[in-house]
Order: sequence, then C-alpha cells, then structure tokens
Amino acid sequence: MSEPAGSATSSHTAWRRRADVAFQALALLILLLALAALGALIWDVLADGTGRLSWDFLTSFSSRRAERAGIWHALTGSIFVIALTAAIAVPIGIGTAIHLEEYGSRNLVSRIIEINITNLASVPSIIYGLLGLGLFVRTLGMGRSVLAGASTLALLVLPVVILSTREALRAVPGSLREGSYALGATKWQTIWHQVLPVALPGILTGFILALSRAIGETAPLITIGAVTFVSFAPDSIWSPFTVLPIQVFDWVRRPQPEFHDNAAAGIVVLLGLLLSMNAAAIWLRDRFQTRGLR
Amino acid sequence: MSSAARPPLASLGHLAARRSDTPEAPEGTPKIDVESMSFYYGDKRALHDISVRIRPNVVTAFIGPSGCGKSTFLRSLNRMNDIIQGTRVEGRIRIDNVDIYKPGLDVVQLRRRVGMVFQKSNPFPKSIFENIAYGLRINGMAGSSSELAGRVEESLKQAALWDEVKDRLHESALAMSGGQQQRLCIARALAVRPDILLMDEPASALDPIATQRIEELIYDLKKTYTIVIVTHNMQQAARVSDHTAFFWLGRLVEFDRTEKIFTAPAEKLTEDYVTGRFG
Amino acid sequence: MRRFEFLIEWGLAGCALLSIGTTVSIIAVLAIETFAFLREVPVADFLFGTEWTPLFANPSFGVLPLVAGTVLVSAIAMLVALPMGLLSAVYLSEYASPRLRRIVKPVLEILAGVPTVVYGYFALLFITPFLQSFVPGMRTFNALGPGIVMGIMILPLVSSLSEDAMQSVPQGLREGSYALGATRMQTSLRVVVPGAFSGITAAFILAVSRAVGETMIVAIAAGQQPNLTANPLEPIETMTAYIVQISLGDTPQGTLEYRTIFAVGTLLFIGTFGLNLASAWLRERYREEYA
Repeated sequence: MSEPAGSATSSHTAWRRRADVAFQALALLILLLALAALGALIWDVLADGTGRLSWDFLTSFSSRRAERAGIWHALTGSIFVIALTAAIAVPIGIGTAIHLEEYGSRNLVSRIIEINITNLASVPSIIYGLLGLGLFVRTLGMGRSVLAGASTLALLVLPVVILSTREALRAVPGSLREGSYALGATKWQTIWHQVLPVALPGILTGFILALSRAIGETAPLITIGAVTFVSFAPDSIWSPFTVLPIQVFDWVRRPQPEFHDNAAAGIVVLLGLLLSMNAAAIWLRDRFQTRGLR
Repeated sequence: MSSAARPPLASLGHLAARRSDTPEAPEGTPKIDVESMSFYYGDKRALHDISVRIRPNVVTAFIGPSGCGKSTFLRSLNRMNDIIQGTRVEGRIRIDNVDIYKPGLDVVQLRRRVGMVFQKSNPFPKSIFENIAYGLRINGMAGSSSELAGRVEESLKQAALWDEVKDRLHESALAMSGGQQQRLCIARALAVRPDILLMDEPASALDPIATQRIEELIYDLKKTYTIVIVTHNMQQAARVSDHTAFFWLGRLVEFDRTEKIFTAPAEKLTEDYVTGRFG
Repeated sequence: MRRFEFLIEWGLAGCALLSIGTTVSIIAVLAIETFAFLREVPVADFLFGTEWTPLFANPSFGVLPLVAGTVLVSAIAMLVALPMGLLSAVYLSEYASPRLRRIVKPVLEILAGVPTVVYGYFALLFITPFLQSFVPGMRTFNALGPGIVMGIMILPLVSSLSEDAMQSVPQGLREGSYALGATRMQTSLRVVVPGAFSGITAAFILAVSRAVGETMIVAIAAGQQPNLTANPLEPIETMTAYIVQISLGDTPQGTLEYRTIFAVGTLLFIGTFGLNLASAWLRERYREEYA
C-alpha cells in the first residue's frame, strides 16, 4: 500500500492543524475588530452627544452660540427634502421597474437601459451634485431650492428604487399573471390588480431603504448649494434649505469643542431617524412575508 | 390487434360505452376548427400540421405522453402562448368561424370567451368573492353590487362550490383545500360566461375524491359549454370525454369518438399507447 | 380603454428612458463646463501640472496634487478594507455557523449604512487624536485617519461581494480538496479563493471606485491643502473634497474658478466609470465560468 506514515507527514499535519486554528482565530479577530470599530463610533457619538440632546436642541435654530444652537431648521429641511425626493423618485422608479419587468422585451434598448441603471448606481454621489448644479440649479433655473435638492437626490436614489422594485416584481409567481390573462384581463389590469398588490411590501421596503440612504447624503446637497447657515425652516419648494448632515458637517468643522458636542447630538438624531426607517422597512418585510402567498 | 391487449382495452371501453349520449362521429358544425396548424418555439417546431374539428357541447380529451404537445396545443386555442416570447403559429384556428390569429383580433375578448383552468390551481390571494368578482369587473360585467353578488353566487353554484363557501365568501381563497381551490378556479372561469372551457390536467394535483367531484362537474357543464380537457390519465379521459384526440411527438395521431379510441383504435400507435405499452 | 392602456405603456417607457436621460445629462453637464475650462487651461497643464492653486491671483491648474491626495487616502483605505474584508468573507463563507452569520451580516450592513458625515466626525475627533497619541508627527488633518475610517466603511462591501463570489464556487471543489486531506484553511485559501478569483477582483475594483468617490470623510478629516506627497501624516486634499470646498464658498458661477469643479469632476467620473466598467466586465466573465 502507501508508504508508512512517517514523522514528516504527521508533524506537517500537526502544523497544518495549528495553522488552521490560528487562521480561524485571526479571521474572527478581524471581524470583531470591525464590530469594535462600529461600537467605538457609536459609543463616542453617544458619549459626546447625549448631553446636548434636549427638546430645546430639537426645536432651536442655528446660532453663533453653541449652547443655544439647535437643529430645527436642519431637521425640517431634511424631512421636507426627503418627502419631496420620495414623491419624485417613487413613481418614476416604480414605473421604470414595471416597464423593464413587465413590458420590456429582451431587446437591445431594454438591455442598454438595464446596464445604464447598474452604472448609475455606482456613480459617486458628488457627481450627482454636479449634475444637479448644472441641470437643476442653473439650466432649469430652480436655484438653490428644496426642489433642486430633491430632484438631485431623486436621481441619486432612483437606481436603488428600480432595482429593489424589480426584485419584488420578479418574486410574484407567473401563475398569478396567467390566471388573470386567462380571464381576459389586459396587461395593465393584471399588473394593477394582481401583480402590484402582491409586490407592494417588497416595493415599500425597497424605497424606505433608498430614502434612508438619501437622508444621510451630504456631498450632493452641498454642491447644489444647500447653505450651511440657514436660520429658518424651509417654507416652500423654492426656498433655500439645509439638511441635518450638512449642519453636522458645519459644526464639526468649527474649532470650538462645544460645537463638536452639537455635532455629536445631531448625529444621534440622524442615526435615530435612520434606525427607525430601517426598522420600519424590516418590520414591513417580515409582516408581509408571514401573511403572503402560501 | 394482439389478443394480449384485450383486458385493458375492454375495461376502458366499458367505461367509455357507459354514456349513451355520445354523438355518432365528430362531424357537424365544428365549434373549434383547426386546419394544418403548426407551432414553433423559436426555431423548434413543437406541433406539426394539426387538423381537428371540435364539436360544440361535448367534452373532447387530448391524451398522449408528456411532452407530446397537447398542452401547447390547448394553450394555442386561447392564445395564452402569446405571452411566451419567440413563439409562432402557422395554419389556421377558427372558433365560431373566426380566425383567432388574424391580425387585429381582440385577444382580450377571445380569452373571455375561451376560458382556461390550469393544472395547478392558481386562485388570487384575495377573498373567494373577490376571486370571482375580479373577472367580472375587468370585463365590465359587474353591474350593481347586488347584480355582482348574484353573478358570484351563480358561478359558485355552477361549480358546485356554493354550499361549502356561502358563509365565508370574504375569507381568503388560499385557505381552501386543493380541490376547493380548483373548483373556485372553474367558477372564476365560468363567471365571465365563456363558450368554451379549456382544462389543462385539472385534477392531476388532486386526491381521488376531489378528482371525482371535478369529473362530475365536467359532465354537468358540457350541457352548457364546449369543454376541451388535457389529461395524462387515460381512465379519466375514458370516463369523462365524448371525443378523444391522441397526440404523439407534436402530431395528432388519431381523433375519434372516445369509445372507439379505447376499444378499436385505427392506428397501431394509439393502440400501443392506450394499452399502456409505452408512455 | 385601449387608449388608456396605450398611454400607460408609453408613460412607463418614458420613465425608463429617463434613466438614459440622467446619464446623458451627467455627461453633458460635465463636458460643457470642462470644455469651457479647457479653452482657457491647456489639457497638459491640467493633467500633468503639480501645483493646484486655482484661487490665487496667479493661479496654477495642475491637478496632480488632488489626484495624489485621492490616491493616497484610497490606498490606505484599501490596505485596511481588502485584507480585512477578504478574511471576514472567508470566515463567513467557509467557517461560520448559520447562526453566527445571521448575527454578523446585519451588523456589517449597519457599518455600510452609516452616513459618511458620521464617519468623518469619527475620523477627525476620535481616530486622529487616538493615532496622534502614539504616532509622532501626525497632524490634525492627515490622510491616515480618514483612510483607516474609509477602509472600515468599505469593508462590508468587500466582504459581502467576496462572500457571494465564494458561495458560488461549487461544493464539489471543496469536497475534492477535503477528500485529499486538506484542512479548511488550505481549502479556503488554495481552492475557494482562487476559484472565486474574478468575483473577488471585481469586488476589490468596486471598492477602490467607492473609495475614490468618497467625499465627506475626507472633506472633514483630510484637510484642504492640495499637497503632492506620499506622507500619510500630512494634510492633503482629494478631488472630492476640493469640489466641496468650492461649493461652500462664494465663487461666482460662470468663472474659471467655478469651472474647475467640473473639470475635476470629469476626471473623477472617468476614473470611477472606468473602474466600474472593469468590475462589471469581470463579474460577467466570472458568471460564465460556473454556468
């Protein structure tokens, strides 16, 4: 048979086994390091920020005195911009996804659109800012307004909405569509009455996640001119505005440590908003998954 | 014909001969008139020169081994194959003397008049009531709410489902048993008042008792509708149908009264199939 | 009724064409302003000049310091993200129990979802002071702090894409290796990782693209001094941070200084686009291998 198990192979095996254990430990250590970094970040922010959190902080406007500065203008700006972003991006995104999934054949144009969307998903956000500046602020004359900001963010999150809506549409079984067609329904009747209601939870989850990304976006909005010192909440789609992450950015850049604490507090509010949005998305997804098609 | 084949043929023939109202031969004005029809999936030819005339108010069964094209042919009758990309039809299919593949034909109307029940029941994830109301609404047949309720009840009665569900019309259709779901799909198809009902292996996913109820239902329905049923179960074809068409490898081998197909088929291939020598 | 359906169909198609309109608009906006810029500044000066002082009375428009800044920070980020990301992917794909995976993966997703402003804060006010306590010569604004933080931010991307690539390696390959008496580490490193090579490389390239395009972390923590250097302890300015700097100021529109942000933006776009293209091509090729 084979050669006798000499000391060479058995010591090599022992070495290999030790290396395996060491490797496993190293990999686990790396993972823990990454998690520790996240933990440190959260701890740091909470430590510096919770002291400043108060009702006054939430409802005050910006100020040159750190202890009197609040985030009301930024918070309302964020909410206003995100709501408008959703109003723009959601119909267009869902419409595009429906077209690609239900109407688009495997022809060249559809393929080009798909590749294009995948590309757009990886373009740096600041390029979208430049686009917004050149197209919305200047060429279309919207100025540095909420509308320009929302339009820019809408283009930014559109690929995400489209991709997640397509996933949701794909998950609807073909037998449902067939049953509807067999009764003499048109394509749109089938989509509107059968496919969309079933795909709705997935679509909702997708667009909440897209919006939670938008709410943290800073660079594109700075580029289109969301000003850092705004002392009022925006009152129309044409008014200038600022958003929470930009206010945080402004405070971080100041030398005084009191402003840094303000920034930390602003971050806590921002993260809180994000957490609730993601939790809502997850809750939606779970709730409808258990109730869904059997 | 070989003598060794006698017993199986005799039992099937016995089933087929039970009904005395079988029309003499597949003649007279056809409801569905198919002339040299061929079907292509892209370059692949799935059906070769099918010609058959299906009479009104009878049950016609399509039998044959799996993959022989009978489902493809069935789906061509209400142009459900249009949904699949790259398919092509040659030849002519006429229903009530109208070529259903002529350009400009309203496919949506066609599908209302030629209803379909699928192999795996596919009720919508809605209530029992809404499942039936949907077809009526999208075809503009809903009327007032009392008219709608009346039509829903009528369809459920036609499908022999009313007594079982009349107290829970607004519960989810998905909560019913497999057999009930399939009868719901039949009721749903009947609600839009088709002339023809196509059934693609309607009972293959059901237990024997549910199957029997479906077969009884088919027997009742043929008084009002023309029924075409695809089945791989020869006993079922013998029990339920008046005429039978035997498909093999995309060709129509033989089409005749069911009794004849199962007792004295003209083609050797048919005889081999119905005696279970293959498939 | 038919007309209604027709309108809907065209409305939906219009939505889809909008995405093409977006790309066209990006290219148009960048191109128009960049060409106007290049009419005043020779291309060679822009691409190969080593001094970037566009706001001075006697301006210089050599973009290399900005490019160097971007490259330096991205390189540091990759040094952190690539090995850590790959190792964590190997662990999650080949070692971790389903329960551990269920806990770790959402946490990694959280890492990826934190807004970059927050990471910028973390880099400037936590990491840099921490590093300053034991690294001599470390300045307040530098490339190392934001580079490390950027690496942590990109780690989940590398990890999840690499893990997907490794999951697609057929189980048969692993079994063949184990049957020969290999350990899990040997199988992972010598069979699975090479077997997922294109997918992993695609993930790496995408991560680089992400790092190059990142803005807020560097805008907060890296500085605003264009500096052609390889020293990570000094302040630098990246292409993205420059665009932010000008946008925050009062540079009037239509001027040459204003147009510089578009010229830099074009360079950035071309760079990331090329990287994304390479990554996508690799992923396509890799998908075919195991078809």
